[in-house]
Amino acid sequence: MIRRNIQLNQQGRLRHFLTIEGLKRQTLVDILDTAESLSGVTDQTVKKVPLLRGKTIVNLFFEASTRTRTTFELAAKRLSADVLNLNIAASATKKGETLLDTLHNLQAMHCDMFVVRHADSGAAHFIANHVAPHVSVVNAGDGSHAHPTQAMLDMFTIRRVKGDFYPLKVAIVGDVMHSRVARSQIHALTTLGVTEVRVIGPKTLMPKGVEALGVHVYHDLDEGLKDVDVIIMLRLQNERMEGELLPSAHEYFQLYGLTQERLDKAKPDAIVMHPGPINRGVEIESSIADGPRSVILQQVTHGIAVRMAVMSTCLGSHADGGAA
Amino acid sequence: MTQTVDIDKLLNDLSQQLRSHLSDNDIKAPLMIGIHSGGVWVAERLHQLLQLKDPLGHLDISFYRDDFSRIGMNPQVKPSHLPFSVDDRHIILVDDVLYTGRTIRAALNEIFDYGRPASVSLAVLIDRGRRELPIEANFSGLKMDLARGENIKLQGPKPLSLLIANKACK
Repeated sequence: MIRRNIQLNQQGRLRHFLTIEGLKRQTLVDILDTAESLSGVTDQTVKKVPLLRGKTIVNLFFEASTRTRTTFELAAKRLSADVLNLNIAASATKKGETLLDTLHNLQAMHCDMFVVRHADSGAAHFIANHVAPHVSVVNAGDGSHAHPTQAMLDMFTIRRVKGDFYPLKVAIVGDVMHSRVARSQIHALTTLGVTEVRVIGPKTLMPKGVEALGVHVYHDLDEGLKDVDVIIMLRLQNERMEGELLPSAHEYFQLYGLTQERLDKAKPDAIVMHPGPINRGVEIESSIADGPRSVILQQVTHGIAVRMAVMSTCLGSHADGGAA
Repeated sequence: MTQTVDIDKLLNDLSQQLRSHLSDNDIKAPLMIGIHSGGVWVAERLHQLLQLKDPLGHLDISFYRDDFSRIGMNPQVKPSHLPFSVDDRHIILVDDVLYTGRTIRAALNEIFDYGRPASVSLAVLIDRGRRELPIEANFSGLKMDLARGENIKLQGPKPLSLLIANKACK
C-alpha cells in the first residue's frame, strides 16, 4: 500500500489538519494569508460570511477545554456553519471502541467536520483514518503529540508583530516534554524558516533527542533568553508539580519563571506569548503577562481567524472541480 | 489576440456618466467601492477623475462566492476594506468586466453585511453580455457581445490594458 500524507487528498489539498509535521511552508503561509483576510469579518456589522453555510461541524471534546472549544465554535459560526458541541468523558480502556462508535453515529447524522480534542496522542489521526470521504478532521489537541491550530495562531501573532519569520530567534520555555503546543510550534517555526528555535527548561522536562527537530537546548533561562525576539512560555500542568519531575512550583518559578529582569536579557522589542491558561507566579510574573510586551490576549483573538482559515481550507478541499 | 481599446477614453466616458448621475440626483458625497482586483484599478481612476473626498473601499468577494463547493478556498484572497460606514450612503460599486452577474450578487451580499446603504449603483468598464442573473450595470464604458468561450481580462494596474482571447479547447 502506498502511504501518502493522510492530511492531503488525492489532489494534494489539505483535507485534514492533524499536525504541522510534514506540511509544506506554502501550505502554512496560505493558512496565515487566508486568516489575515478572514480577520476582517469582525469589522462587518454582520460578523459572519456565508462560506460554510449548510455545513455541520462537530466539536468532539474528550478532554476539557474552554478557550479552544469556544474559539472553534465562534470560528465555525462566523463562517455560517452549524455547530454541535459534544463533551465526552473518555473511557481509557475502551478508547478505540468508544471513538469509533461515536464517530459512526455522528457520520450517520451527516456531519462534515470533526474538531477533535483527546487526551491520547494519535486520537485525531485515528479518527481521520476512519471517517467517510466527505468528512474532514481537525486536531484540537491530542495528548502530548500536537496542537496545530494553536501553533498556527502563534505564527499568525508573530507575523503580525514581527512581519517576517527569517530573522527571528524564538525561545520556547518550560515543560517541553509534555507539551503538544511546543511540538507543533517547533515544527511550524522550523518550516517557516526562523533563524533559531531554542527550547529552555529543566532536564527532567526536556524530551530526549529534541535536538533532532532542529532546536537548541538550554537549561539556563538567562542564557537562553539572550537576544531572542520572541519568548513563548508554556503552561506548567498542575499534575507535573505534584509529581516527581519537579521539586515545587516556588522553586520552578525561581529557575524558570519569566520576570522583568529576565525579560531584559531578550531584545528590547521582544514579545511574550503564552498559550493559556496562565499560572500566574509559576511560569510567568503577573506584571509581565499583563504588561506592554505581552501579546497573550492578541493570541486569543487571532485564534478565531486562524481556525476559520483552517476550517474553510479543509472543507474547501472537497471541491468537485466545477463540473458545470 | 489583444484588441486595442482606448481605456482612458472609456474611463472618461464612464466618469462623465457618473458625474451627470450624481448631479441629477443631487448626490453630494457618494462612496466608491472597487471589486478586487480589476474593479479596484478602474475605481482608483474614477475616484481620481471625480475627485471624491471619501477614501476608496476595496471588496474581495471570495468569501461570498457561490462556487466554494466547486473550487474550494483561494488562498490569494485579499482582505475587504471599507474605511467608512455604508449606512444611509449612496454607493457606486465598480468592476472591470460584467459577465454572468454572479460577482455582483456576491458583492451586494457582502456590502449589506456592512450596513444598509441608501442606494447602490453599478459602474463597469466593459459589459460583455451573457448574464445568468437579473443584474444590470447602471453605467458602462463599453458594451460588447462575447461568446462564452471567449475570455476578456483587464490587465494592470499600470498601464491598464484589455486582453481578449479564445479559451483553448480542452
